[in-house]
Amino acid sequence: MGAYIAKRLLAAIPVLFGLTIIVFLIMAMIPGDPATAILGSYATPENVAKLNRDLGLDKSLPEQYVIWLGNLFQGDLGRSYSLNRPVLDEVLERFSATLILAGTALVLCSVFGLLAGIVSAVRQYGWADKIITLLVLMGISTPSFFLGLLLILVFAVKLRLFPASGMYAIYGGGDLPDLIHHLTLPALTLSVVATGVVARLTRTAMLEVLRQDYIRTARAKGLPEREVIYKHAFKSALVSVVPVIGIQAGFVIGGAVYIETVFQWPGIGSMLVKAIATRDLLLVQGGVLVVAAAYVLFNLLADVVQTLIDPRLR
Amino acid sequence: MNDGREKTSGEDTLLTISDVERIFGGERRLFGGRAPAVHAVQSLSLSVRKGETLGVVGESGCGKSTLARLVVGLDDPTSGEIVFDGENLTDLARKDGNSLARKVQYVFQDPVASLNPRKTIRTILEAPLKHLTDLDKDGREKRLTELLQAVNLAPEFLERYPHEFSGGQAQRIGIARALAAGPELIVLDEPVSALDVSVQAQVLNLLDGLKKTFGLTYIFISHDLSVVESVCDRVAVMYFGRIAELGPARNVFGTPMHPYTDLLMRSAPAPGRHVLMAEDASAELPDPYNPPAGCAFAARCNRKTGACLDNLPAPDQAPGPDSGHIAACYHPLIEA
Amino acid sequence: MTNTAISGKGRQAGKSARPGTFSLLLNNTLATAGLIILIAVCLLALAAPVLPLLNPDVTAPANRLLPVFSTGHLLGTDHLGRDLLSRLIWGTRVSLAVGVSATIIAAVFGSMLGLVAGYAGGRTDTVIMRGIDMVMAFPYILLALAIVAVLGPGLLNALYAIALVNIPFFARNIRGITLGLSRREFVDAARLSGKSPAQILFVEILPNVLPVIVITMSTTVGWMILETAGLSFLGLGAQPPQADLGSMLGEGRKILFTAPHVSIVPGVMIFVLVMAINLLGDGVRDILDPRLRAGSLTRPVARTVVLRNPADVPAPSGDENILDVRRLRTEFQIGGTVYHAVGGVDLALRQGECLGIVGESGSGKSLTAMSIMGLVPTPPGRIAGGAAYLEGEDLFAASDRRIRDLRGGSVAYVFQDPLSTLHPLFTVGNQLEEAIRTHQPLSRARTREKAIELLSLVRIPNPKERLTTYPHELSGGMRQRVCIAMALANDARVLIADEPTTALDVTVQSQILTLMNGLRRERNAAILFITHDFGVVSAICDRIAVMYAGRIVETGKTDDILASPQHPYTAKLIECVPVLGEPERRLDAIDGRPPVVNNLPEGCAFADRCPQAQSLCRTGEIELVAAGADRGVRCLFPMNREPSA
Ligand SMILES: Nc1ncnc2c1ncn2[C@@H]1O[C@H](COP(=O)(O)OP(=O)(O)OP(=O)(O)O)[C@@H](O)[C@H]1O
Ligand code: SF4
Ligand code: SF4
Ligand SMILES: [Mg+2]
Repeated sequence: MGAYIAKRLLAAIPVLFGLTIIVFLIMAMIPGDPATAILGSYATPENVAKLNRDLGLDKSLPEQYVIWLGNLFQGDLGRSYSLNRPVLDEVLERFSATLILAGTALVLCSVFGLLAGIVSAVRQYGWADKIITLLVLMGISTPSFFLGLLLILVFAVKLRLFPASGMYAIYGGGDLPDLIHHLTLPALTLSVVATGVVARLTRTAMLEVLRQDYIRTARAKGLPEREVIYKHAFKSALVSVVPVIGIQAGFVIGGAVYIETVFQWPGIGSMLVKAIATRDLLLVQGGVLVVAAAYVLFNLLADVVQTLIDPRLR
Repeated sequence: MNDGREKTSGEDTLLTISDVERIFGGERRLFGGRAPAVHAVQSLSLSVRKGETLGVVGESGCGKSTLARLVVGLDDPTSGEIVFDGENLTDLARKDGNSLARKVQYVFQDPVASLNPRKTIRTILEAPLKHLTDLDKDGREKRLTELLQAVNLAPEFLERYPHEFSGGQAQRIGIARALAAGPELIVLDEPVSALDVSVQAQVLNLLDGLKKTFGLTYIFISHDLSVVESVCDRVAVMYFGRIAELGPARNVFGTPMHPYTDLLMRSAPAPGRHVLMAEDASAELPDPYNPPAGCAFAARCNRKTGACLDNLPAPDQAPGPDSGHIAACYHPLIEA
Repeated sequence: MTNTAISGKGRQAGKSARPGTFSLLLNNTLATAGLIILIAVCLLALAAPVLPLLNPDVTAPANRLLPVFSTGHLLGTDHLGRDLLSRLIWGTRVSLAVGVSATIIAAVFGSMLGLVAGYAGGRTDTVIMRGIDMVMAFPYILLALAIVAVLGPGLLNALYAIALVNIPFFARNIRGITLGLSRREFVDAARLSGKSPAQILFVEILPNVLPVIVITMSTTVGWMILETAGLSFLGLGAQPPQADLGSMLGEGRKILFTAPHVSIVPGVMIFVLVMAINLLGDGVRDILDPRLRAGSLTRPVARTVVLRNPADVPAPSGDENILDVRRLRTEFQIGGTVYHAVGGVDLALRQGECLGIVGESGSGKSLTAMSIMGLVPTPPGRIAGGAAYLEGEDLFAASDRRIRDLRGGSVAYVFQDPLSTLHPLFTVGNQLEEAIRTHQPLSRARTREKAIELLSLVRIPNPKERLTTYPHELSGGMRQRVCIAMALANDARVLIADEPTTALDVTVQSQILTLMNGLRRERNAAILFITHDFGVVSAICDRIAVMYAGRIVETGKTDDILASPQHPYTAKLIECVPVLGEPERRLDAIDGRPPVVNNLPEGCAFADRCPQAQSLCRTGEIELVAAGADRGVRCLFPMNREPSA
């Protein structure tokens, strides 16, 4: 098993390199002259040329990449011109906020999604199944940013149960209960779609597994139905659901872009939206890179969990 | 190994396989080293005479299907050569991809899976006529009728889809497709093992009739000894990618020389036979990724000696009393 | 999802009159609702230029933020006084167009990549899929953002971004399917028919992939509309004055607290549109996906439903029988059709005896065996009549709890394919111990010991080490030994073996048969042994029951039946199989095929294939008539009947 994990980690390295190449190329493809963008249209040609030299833009692409990668290894992602601070500092600070939000949403969607999926499969065609199925369909059809607005309208504005925005109260906040208070609405909103997807998949996977020969064997052994479903069937269903949860991590992190904007959560998503609007490309680059790397690592984790469950994959 | 050459001299030889090997896996890896390799077929030599039915028997994983795919050109040997009617198969394929298909055809094990679910039987049967023959539209129509008649199917089946057929009917369609372009050799890979026993006999009788009518040569692959015995002129028994015993069916089944053939024969259940020969549970195939140096059957063989463990017996290590009957064994059950 | 049964039912309407895909869709209420809403929305959007709508872009500061249902402004106005209804319809038009175009672009490029990668395999596949993996390594929306960052905000750019990030999704899906298909035998067959690779890819494979492309499209359109709306919401999509639903929502958000209707109106529209698409997409998937379509994704319950007339429960036939099956009838109901798979079977099994059930596939052997302990899947199966007595106890009347105790306790099963019958994710030891623990309250250590004993009982070498192996690490023969060990865990009095050696090679088969034979003599257990092979029967069974079309047509001692079969079917069945050592024997094939059990002919089910058939055979009920000790024949004109017998 240890060898397998090591192997998977090694295999992730080329993927991470690939990521840096893609991120680098996307930024290199940007039309227009970054120096002009930074200096504004009143820049003198000399200034532009100097800045280009400073930024290393007079070199060939591969050279630029190597330099960029070298800097990356030293933790230097450049400076954000709009915020005037190192990109890495900003990105890490923002990323931890996103991690709290997305992590919570991911836990919520796994727990509720799996539960709903199992209930739905076990009570196939019963009223519980029908209600869950309808809810799931509604969940995956609702734009999360709209749902966020509705929740704010109802729970923050009308009922005043939860705050409408931010991560901590401005005065006197900062402790865990305060965080949870602020986290509830955005995390719930963010998890709705993913819960739907996980529930749907769990249901299908469970139904598929319950038809297998080895479930018949379990029954022929005289096992109680509870064990047949929660031990034998559920474990097999997990094998196909775990990678989906891994993929959901990507959707949740991506969805955070909307939710953070709606709830003004100081995470990396709202940062990216602002950075794109102000064309602060180094900030965009840094943000995308960190999130993508985290996603790769998370999927790696999902892979390892899947292998732990299924010995055939080892 | 000399066996192949010996046979080639006969003018009635249709197909000669010499020293063929097929390795799966073993490709170079990204970080050095090689992926593990399996020798599905190893230094295999065999010849097929015009007009005969050559049976190939063996248990699952012994390389029967791989051999069949090599012969029809669905797969290429890693080394060795296959000569059909004096022409090397690889050259033949290079010259014209379809020239081999005109001469050698294949009947699949799973009759339903071998028919495209979204095509009518007409489309399926017309494909070889279109691509392999130069018949015009009327000629094709005439040939379709003949084909259906040959395999005993009603003409109205032409417009139907594969899922509307039973296994036996689907296999007849598969046979008709193989016959379409007028091949000389048909490779039948377990043509009846997916069928019910009552239908199995129908198909075997049909195959027998077609062979006489069209002057065909068959390679008949099966794991069922009794079926092979009832339809084949000569038999090759395969074990672990190699031929263990080869000879006229009468001799191989009547007086088996290789201990493996003997084991197969005595394990096979037959109506009225109450006691079967049974080995220990530990008797298993060798690890394909780590094949033994000597005879692959040694672990299960009660005649083995030191020689068996050290060196591989040659395919014709034991020439039998009858001509053309050979076994790859140091201590055959009967000596010449 | 809820509607699988409905579409499943539709399909069963019969092969000749297969209902079209479209009428199946209409059978599904939710999908139909989705379709109707979608059509309505589309018509509205298409008709926007001809509808009497106000100009969506004309601002009227005097009329700002009128509420819903204001005169002249049905849905009110926004912060610039623009008519919301008009903006909504024009916005829907834009959103729909963008979503659908993005889907088509993604589907075309993604499917092409997937088809080529899946079919070409090898290096091409590796290169394409590595690229795809790389793109998929980015969280989806993030990548879209990055692309918009490069291209600059704008509706068209958002469309490209969304389409681009969805290409890998299509490519992966389609590649998987293509890969599976190109390994199928019909592709090899097409190659041997002389078709070129391009012809095979586009003429043979593509038609089979098309449903999957349609399914994937129908399930992603909604998603893509959401995503483009999302980008517009963030201000990265549609730029003013152009508006789609997302940008309307984005603008409304700024005045959410004062005028919520400005954001709620477009939000509800997005929801309705996407929901309609998803409902329809689900329906389409149910119909096109062969797995869902066959209704095969129905969950079987723990025990077969028994629906028999309580007034008509046959009594046991005698005391000496350990297992006594009387007039068992098991049916399948699929759609409106009832298949009488087992039509009144009588079986009796004595202590220590091995009874073989022989018959062709579909004759009802396995169902008979499964019915005894209620293992026939319900739905669609049910026990419709008869009784099964285990030592006098009526199994069909027993409580679920009691059945659970008997399963694996007094009556144990061994099934055909040992790979699929063992749970792939639990070790052999775990599964064995579980079988023991369910019926015997032993300590952990004692259970383990017992498991080791069982493995040595079935002659598995190194039993202790084998406990920690997984089924896939064992050979077929070893797996079947494990299954047998599991069946013996609780000293079962009856062992039901359903083709336990059919999936095995001959040499392994003889090992397993010898093992089972030895064990039954050692333990004096009764075996119900199902097979289609008279050779196997000879090796292990004392008596045989021959089944045809759901009924027993002949029963008797093994040697008697083999030597002088009385039922024409038995005789034919024995004659049509080649026998080792008798190569000269002519195979006597049985013409035709067994009848379908939903429409059995009157009289003898074998009449159409029987050489002895007479007109009398086609009328009335033919009983199983006793013909000497242990012998019974269901035939009006039996063969090989010696006058003295
Ligand atoms: N595409 C492949 N990749 C890797 N190994 C393969 C492949 N095809 C066959 N093999 C291996 O080659 C050996 C021979 O396979 P083959 O299918 O030819 O045997 P067979 O005798 O026809 O088996 P069966 O009776 O089960 O069909 C087996 O060990 C098999 O695992
Ligand atoms: S060569 Fe030796 S081990 Fe191999 S089969 Fe012959 S006697 Fe047995
Ligand atoms: S009853 Fe008549 S048709 Fe049926 S098997 Fe006997 S003879 Fe044949
Ligand atoms: Mg094979």
